[in-house]
Amino acid sequence: MVDAVTRQKLFGTPEIHFLNCTKGWKSWAFTLDHKRIGIMYLIGVTIALFLAGIFALVLRSHLFKFDSKMLSDDMYNQMFTLHGAVMVFSFIIPSIPAALGNLVLPMMLGAKDVAFPRLNLASFYLWIIGTGCLLLAILSGRGLDTGWTFYTPYSIDTNTGVIYATFGAFVLGFSSIFTGLNFLVTVNTMRLKGQGWFKLPLFLWSLYATAIIQVLATPVLGITLLMLIAEKTMHIGIFDAKYGGDPVLFQHFFWFYSHPAVYIMILPAMGVISELISVYSQKRIFGYSFIAFSSVAIALLGFLVWGHHMFTSGQSQVVTLIFSAITFTVAIPSAVKVFNWLATLYKGSILLNTPMCYALSFIFLFGIGGLTGLFLGALSTDIHLHDTYFVVAHFHFVMVGGTLTALLGGLFHWWPKFFGRMYNDLLGRVGCFLVFSGFNLTFFPQFVMGSRGMPRRYASYDPEFLPFHQLSTIGAFVLGIGILISFIVLVYAAFKGPRCGSNPFRAASLEWQSSSPPDFHNFVHSPVLNDPYDFDSQVYDDELDTYISREFADPTKVPPRTEPVHH
Amino acid sequence: MAVADTHEIHDDHHHDHGEFIAHHFDGPEQQFDSGKLGIWLFLVTEILFFGGLFVAYTLYRSNHPEIFEQAHVFLNKYLGGLNTIVLLFSSLTMALGVRAAQLGKNKNCAVYVLITMVCAAVFLGVKAVEYSHKWDMGILVRSAFNLTYTHPAPVTSVGKWLHVSDYLVYISVIPTLLLVGFLVASLMGKLMEKNVFSKFMLGLSIMVGGYFLGVGVGLIFMDVAEGGANESHASIQTADQPLMLHAMTQETREDASHDENHDKTAESHPAADHVDGQAHHEEHAHAGGEAFSAHHPDPEKLSRNVGIFFSIYYCMTGLHAIHIIGGIVVLSWILWRSLLGQWRSDYFGPVDYVGLYWHLVDLIWIYLFPLLYLID
Ligand code: HEM
Ligand SMILES: [Cu+2]
Repeated sequence: MVDAVTRQKLFGTPEIHFLNCTKGWKSWAFTLDHKRIGIMYLIGVTIALFLAGIFALVLRSHLFKFDSKMLSDDMYNQMFTLHGAVMVFSFIIPSIPAALGNLVLPMMLGAKDVAFPRLNLASFYLWIIGTGCLLLAILSGRGLDTGWTFYTPYSIDTNTGVIYATFGAFVLGFSSIFTGLNFLVTVNTMRLKGQGWFKLPLFLWSLYATAIIQVLATPVLGITLLMLIAEKTMHIGIFDAKYGGDPVLFQHFFWFYSHPAVYIMILPAMGVISELISVYSQKRIFGYSFIAFSSVAIALLGFLVWGHHMFTSGQSQVVTLIFSAITFTVAIPSAVKVFNWLATLYKGSILLNTPMCYALSFIFLFGIGGLTGLFLGALSTDIHLHDTYFVVAHFHFVMVGGTLTALLGGLFHWWPKFFGRMYNDLLGRVGCFLVFSGFNLTFFPQFVMGSRGMPRRYASYDPEFLPFHQLSTIGAFVLGIGILISFIVLVYAAFKGPRCGSNPFRAASLEWQSSSPPDFHNFVHSPVLNDPYDFDSQVYDDELDTYISREFADPTKVPPRTEPVHH
Repeated sequence: MAVADTHEIHDDHHHDHGEFIAHHFDGPEQQFDSGKLGIWLFLVTEILFFGGLFVAYTLYRSNHPEIFEQAHVFLNKYLGGLNTIVLLFSSLTMALGVRAAQLGKNKNCAVYVLITMVCAAVFLGVKAVEYSHKWDMGILVRSAFNLTYTHPAPVTSVGKWLHVSDYLVYISVIPTLLLVGFLVASLMGKLMEKNVFSKFMLGLSIMVGGYFLGVGVGLIFMDVAEGGANESHASIQTADQPLMLHAMTQETREDASHDENHDKTAESHPAADHVDGQAHHEEHAHAGGEAFSAHHPDPEKLSRNVGIFFSIYYCMTGLHAIHIIGGIVVLSWILWRSLLGQWRSDYFGPVDYVGLYWHLVDLIWIYLFPLLYLID
């Protein structure tokens, strides 16, 4: 017989859990616990998001007025460069894998931690160092004005802080590699007994596919940036045409990483969405294996399309054609996922709470982002659209409308799990609505501008674009307010929200079998393996006021313990 | 606290050295498998990391073959070959070290690992000789490339005394300091009766000794290879003395536009090969300096981009050397733990992982050597 107090501890809201089992800054700074590392990562990427977000608002404010003098042209260049570089390297790439992934991945496997906890912590510190180096470019007083792409020959000629920034990106690359490597090994060797590959939640498939890219693509960025640093300091003549080098080679190297990197950004987001759609429709995910394999297909095909960023660079026509063709094929697995999500929604019992609102926004926005990618992948249209606001809108639809939206949705979904407290759903949805509408207001006009020829990365524009820029600026502030509200709602919930049980949403993947917040060792009792999309396996428990695995519903049965609990 | 922790948890495992099993693993197998997969993945990232440079190499070699044909003669095959043999041998000792650890023979493991480390240091010593020699000759990366056959006379007193390049003296400062530091530490350990520490430091001193061995052997090899100059060390030669094993016989030109000349170069290639072959022949026929003196390429006639070859050479070998140094660091850790006697037949993972890393570093050199030194 398990008494009520123990039950509360095992499946409800325990008094002692991973957040408060040890105290003091050292217990965080030197922690090897994946959950704490995940939370530190979350704080880190949030700071990066706000910082780069402020840069973005400054840019948009500048563009609000025609012939604006708010920023000098130089400052404008530096502003968009830092915005892009910090957003890409310090925020989006680590966001879902390193923050949410770290929190959730080992628990979805029923494991106590990732395979290499020290490497995990090292990855976080590398993130800090790398981001610090990126920002050193500002502190050095020289700024950075190459765009996040660091294209040669300009990056060699400019005397802004390219070396700091590229070194920062290099270090961030290793941070990302370490996370990926850790996840690959953890999923391979630390699954619960009997948990085959097809019993993994789809979020893990997507994290696994992401990790493959992180491990295979990022080293190439690393060496490229080292070569760029060598070129800048010693003029080794590999990228610098003045010394017989080939600037386009840099573009090839850069995109060999950075195209796959866009899938590092989107694949984890897709994984989150697969979870949310299924849980909040309370319906088995439609076409599990299609979604699973499409992640892997995206990861692999993603390596073969980098040339679509270089259609106008002068690469050979044959290559251009091939890259264009493969670009179209990579859209197929993405479309497969969208189809499966829609099919999952069909006849589901849909709960329109905050995470689900984000998930639905994602489908809509990613749909537009992905489809406009096809416009850009088509040769003839891309010649017209390349380097215009159309491209800017495209990638913001996938990166913000996709990844950021999924990150927010995922946070709202797993927040009660890791803090044991519920957020204010109404305010959450208000935030989501503002994010969604602000986002569309910001970036939809940019499609129109781009197709009419407004070039990207310009500090001024033709008067005909004025209304679009103004709409876009207003939208940006609405978007900013939406994100801020979501942020406040979450932070408030973490400290002051009403307590909630371990599984308020009737989700079936393993992490929901722990208490909320989870124990330091994740599970006090051994989790029982069940199908992550079989929601009937979870039954409502009056005493705990939450859902609980059928196996644990009977208080007379004592659940097996993993090990003695001690802190 | 951590140690007490793990003991408590793993009481039920009945392994007499449960202290080496991290708390989040179910048992030694899971830990070993994770480590093994982890290191393999790490090696994959290493291959891709070097891969960028190999791609750069391939592109430049196929687009501008003349640069490679003109430049490779400046690399000393004998030194490269020597280093290849040293590394191959070190892979053997590494493998033996892993075997010893698997059998729980910690002493043997320590000896093999130490030999591996010495080999690594020898490698670096030879590399230092090569690098300093090139720097003397102005063989630098593209923008600084300024070939000259007149060597600057050494100005440092050590350089004068030993008749070696100043650069070699500068490079050797750190190993010298390390050697002194390790020896002192070893002695102190002895006095304070910290035996393992003392032995470990002695091991590190021996390792650094390997560096000086490498420098010495490297200098002798260079001497021999270059036909025994009048002076005792090859790196201080005067303008009229031959430097290269065999030289460019192919007609070269200052070509700004390689693409236009590309076809011509390709056509003339077989002929060049032929002459080159002869040069080879001669080289064997006449042991001694005079066989080469006719062959050293005129700096004026080299492609102005010939330095790109050396940019690539320095990037690749430099990155590789950094990996050798990293290897020495992790091998030292293995040496330390071997001296502590920590390996057992069911716990030897770290030796295995470091061994795999070491083989990869070796393997990369096996590619670098022919690609850079043996172009013909
Ligand atoms: C669904 C399939 C997708 C296709 C077919 C596609 C296609 C393209 C093409 C052809 C370009 C180059 C446009 C140009 O510069 O002229 C481009 C740019 C870009 N895409 Fe996508 N894309 C897709 C999905 C994504 C995703 C998921 C992301 C990120 C999460 C993304 C991020 C970007 C970025 C950041 C750029 C601009 C890079 C720059 O020049 O700064 N794309 N896309
Ligand atoms: Cu792309």
